[in-house]
Formats: sequence, C-alpha cells, structure tokens
Amino acid sequence: MDANNHRSRLPIRARLATTVGGAAATVSRLAGKGDGSVIGGIIGLRLEPDLLSLLARGRQIVLVTGTNGKTTTTRLITAALTPLGRQIASNIYGANMEAGLTSALSRAPAAPLAVLETDEKYIPAMVKATSPRVVVLLNLSRDQMDRAAEIWLLARRWRDALADAPGCRVVANADDPLVAWAASGARQVTWVAAGQRWRDDSWCCPHCGAHLEREGDDWACRECSYRRPPVSWVLTGDHVIDPSGRARPLELALPGRANRANAVVALAVADAFGVNTVQALRELRGVTSVAGRYTQVNRHGCEIRLLLAKNPAGWLEALDVLAPPPVPVLLAVNAQGPDGRDTSWLWDVDYRRLRGRIVLVGGERKLDLAVRLEADEVPFRMVQNIDEAVHLAASPNLDVLANYTAFQQYRAVLGRTE
Amino acid sequence: MRPLRLVWIYPDLLSTYGDRGNVLVLERRARLRGLPVEVVEVNSDQAVPLDGHIYLMGGGEDLPQTLATRRLQADGGLHEAVGRGAVLFAVCAGYQMLGLEFGGADDQAVAGLGLLDIRSGRGAHRAVGEIVAEVDPALNVPRLTGFENHQGVTRVGPRSRPVARTALGIGNGDGTEGAYAGRVLGTYLHGPALVRNPGLADLLLSWAAGPLPPLPPQAEELAQRLRDERLAAVSVQPS
Repeated sequence: MDANNHRSRLPIRARLATTVGGAAATVSRLAGKGDGSVIGGIIGLRLEPDLLSLLARGRQIVLVTGTNGKTTTTRLITAALTPLGRQIASNIYGANMEAGLTSALSRAPAAPLAVLETDEKYIPAMVKATSPRVVVLLNLSRDQMDRAAEIWLLARRWRDALADAPGCRVVANADDPLVAWAASGARQVTWVAAGQRWRDDSWCCPHCGAHLEREGDDWACRECSYRRPPVSWVLTGDHVIDPSGRARPLELALPGRANRANAVVALAVADAFGVNTVQALRELRGVTSVAGRYTQVNRHGCEIRLLLAKNPAGWLEALDVLAPPPVPVLLAVNAQGPDGRDTSWLWDVDYRRLRGRIVLVGGERKLDLAVRLEADEVPFRMVQNIDEAVHLAASPNLDVLANYTAFQQYRAVLGRTE
Repeated sequence: MRPLRLVWIYPDLLSTYGDRGNVLVLERRARLRGLPVEVVEVNSDQAVPLDGHIYLMGGGEDLPQTLATRRLQADGGLHEAVGRGAVLFAVCAGYQMLGLEFGGADDQAVAGLGLLDIRSGRGAHRAVGEIVAEVDPALNVPRLTGFENHQGVTRVGPRSRPVARTALGIGNGDGTEGAYAGRVLGTYLHGPALVRNPGLADLLLSWAAGPLPPLPPQAEELAQRLRDERLAAVSVQPS
C-alpha cells in the first residue's frame, strides 16, 4: 500500500487541514506545550469540520471507552494487534476528544488500523464520525461529577448511539450492569466477564431501577427480566478463558486485577481481528508501563513507583496494587480542572486497609485527604513535596498513588523516563 | 446507654458524591463525646426502620431520585419516624425529595415526600462550584462552606425557613440556601456536606441527643484548617 494512500485520497481542503494542523502540533511540541496533538487537531478541524470522518474513511477503527482503564486498554489492544503486521494509528498520549482522535489519524495517514481512546461523553459523536469496526466498553462509574455527565444518562446515550451503528461490533464487560445495558442495544456484542470491583454505582437495575440481585459476578433483576448476558471471554484469577473454554495464564508485566481485566478485553478485540490468542498474549506481556503509569524511578536511593487513579473505582483498584506493608505509601490529591474541582469522591473510598503502614499525604488538596484519613483512623504525615516524602519514608521503596494533575506534577519532578 | 442510631436511607439509589462522609462525620463526633453509635444502611428493597435517631439522605440522578421517592412514599417509615421527632438531614437530590414537588427526568413535576414546605424545579443553568452561606442566626451555626452541583431551583414556603443566605454560589436560586422545619433540614451543599461544617453536624447531633460537650481542640484541628483553607480559597474571610 502506498504510504500516503489515505492522505492522497482526501479532498484538497482536508489535506491542507492535516498539513496546517500538523505544523501547529510541531510548533506546540517545540514550545514544550505537551505533545501538540490537541492544538494540531483543533486547527485541522477549524479548517475542515468533517476532517475526522474524512480521515477515518477506509480504515478499521477501534474506539475504547469507559471510566477507567481507557489509556492502558488502548495501549494493550494496539500491542495485541501488532501480529497483523500493519501500521496502527493511536492517540497514545490520552488526548481522547475529537481533536485528539483527528490528530492521531492525521499523523498516521497510511495506517489502515486505528485504536483510539475516546472520552465517555464523545462516544455518540465519535461513533457517528468514524464508523468504527469495534467499540470497547470497559466500565462506567462516578467520575469528576462537577463536569462529567451523570452515568445513567451516559449509559442511555451509549445505548442509543450503538443501536444506531449496525456495522459495529461491541466488546463489553458483562459484569458491569450499566455497561451491559448500554451494549445490549448493539447488533453484535462480544461479552467479556472482566469483573467489577467497584459496585457502588450499580446496585440497581439500569432497565427498571429495582435493587439488583448480585451473587459473585452474576447479577439479575428481580422485577424485570433483565440479567447478566452469557459471556464468551472470562477473567478468572490470573487466567483468561477463551470462547472455546481453554484457560491460559496471563502473566502480565502490568500489575493489578484491573489490568488483567483490560488484557482480557484486548484479547477479545484481537480475536475479532483474527489475531491468534497466543500471539496476542505474548505482545500483552511485553507492555511494562503506559504513559508513565507503573513506572519505577529512583530518587535519592529510593525506588519510587507511580500509580495513577482518578476516581473512587480507580482508587479502589489501585489500593489493591500497592506493594504490601511495610512499603510506605504516598497519597496525593489535586482538584484542578482535569481532576474535577470537587473532592467529595475521597469519601467514597475505604482507606482502612492502610492502617498499620507509613502513610504520607501530599498534593494541593492534602487537607481534604487528611480529614478523610482521620475519619478512617489511618495515621499519616502531610508532606510538601516528593523529596520530603522520600525523606520521611526512609525506605528503599515508596509507592505513590496520585490523581491526574498530582501525578503529572510528580512525574515532572522525577523526570519522564519513557 | 442506648446507642445513637444513624440510618442511611437508600445508599443503593441515593449515593453519588461521597455521601458516606456525613455518616462518618456524625459517627466520629458522637464517639469522641462518648456516645455509642450504630449505623444502619437501608437499601431500597428494605423497610425503613422506625427507631432511628438521625436519618440521612444523599444525592442521586433524576431516575433514582424519582424511584427512591416512590419507594419512601410506599414504605411510610420515614414519615412515621419524623413524626415521632427523629432528625432528618438530606443533601442535593435528597433535599429536593423532601419537598412538595421536584423536577424529575424530562422536567416532569414529581410529587415529593412533603416533609418540608419547598417546591423545586429545573433552572436554566447548572450550579457547579464552591458555595458559602451565612446561616440563620436561630440555628447558631457558623457559615456554611461546601460544593454544589445541581440544576435545581427551590422556593421555600411559609411553613419552612431557609437554612442560610448565600454569600457565594447559587443555593436555592433566590439568594437563600437550604430549608428546615423542626428537626428536618435539607441543603444543596452536596455529598459530604458535614465535613467542612462540623457546627452543622453538632446541631444535628444535639437535636437527637441533647446538649453536647465541646470536643478537645486537637480533634477539631484538621477540619478547622480545611474549613479555613476553603473559605480563604474563595476569598471569604474565615469565621
């Protein structure tokens, strides 16, 4: 295939738009303002509002959405599709709205495949614009509610959009009742039992509102007939069971139950593209860190591991990933725009399991977190910065769990290692 | 001594914004004063117990709010407990539910529980952000600081009184914030509203348990610092 095939097929205005947008992205990168994907996309779209549709035409696209795990799963799916031996476009830096998707496609004009992380709110518009071959629905839970849509409303919008996209296969987590309800509007669904650790947003039936019967990962409504759909891919412990019933160990480099769930979803997507599961799994095992998450950094002789989680469900999973005591833990919370300006969510997380280890508290909203830990009777010390944390930890290891901008601030201090 | 019973109404339907915080704050402040506490979580498929001392209701989306209202009407337990003098504290969607009517999905008026003389509807804009409000002097509580996130507009009728007057933020939409009547109190400060307002938490506790001894200052220090920090961040002088 000609390297410029997709681009040369674009109308002249769209071609100009990708060129100007690309130039703006380069300027933005050189000026040190991030990776430039958002500004490049915005300028391109201003010149050609249909740019995303034009760029998507003729490609096989996977959209990945959900409250948590979008970036990691996008990375894992991209890895799992590499055995196809074809170029894959992806928004690896997490710019997941229209401009970010546009930029990812315009940077890889020849890529016949694209795996695109997509913000939850934008799924209806992006499904319409890109006519995806696969849409991945991971999970849905409360997140940054000062600006995000309410989740029952969001599930309804997903459902309507997917019911309207007959050519699209949905790969969805059957263990999350809201996700299952959203996906069940689609014509073709691959159901994955990816588990659900956080349940406080799904005690009630998304269809009729009655209290759900829940046993293990199974769920069913007592009042209407709505229930968990039969699954074809299953995560159980560290194993994946494929649709033929065969179990294989996952043995990922990435830590935690949530990432094992993301990996099983990636295997289901790879299978939909005809990739052999053994080959796909080999690629997944090679992924060691994703956009700085799970990275180890040495600071003054202390091995620091960085974990990112942005909302109660994410923190719940991340607390499971922490190294066991006595490894000290630094928790850090900000409440800037990208974090959500409201810290109420801190009260949805149960911190009691942190009792009995050294806990340090940082970030711009450390007082909010301090009052929260006090209520859970978890002893802690407040710190002004990462070096004070390293000093007080007085340990060869330190696990850091931070929300979005707090994570980025620490990453900037520690230096990007990726 | 009979424990103080805190009853959290429908955490399965009405819990979206850290509503557990109010339960935890009341529990901690009671225990620090030597009062034994029992917390009861009542899901929407269970009967509301009649022997609670303080009932708590949280926030919720439109559909769960309407469902929860219907279930509480049919159950009748909350009305009976309040009739016997129990304390009821509700935030956000829970606050609206206490009134005579509120705006449900598609802005249809939904009949409320009728425990406060308020009527709520949907406003033109969503009110999202920090809120500060000066409390009715009759309640003897320092100014409120919290976060609001709602599209409701509420009018307080003659049989209830506003809890406060807004200094920052939207509240009820007419310069007032929240409403109370007897021992029933509701507010648009959402989620863990009592965390930054220990004075309000103590008001509810004293309604249920009588006059309270003050807490040792160190037990209050962090909450007070957080309160001062948030008030300073929105340029309102700490009180």
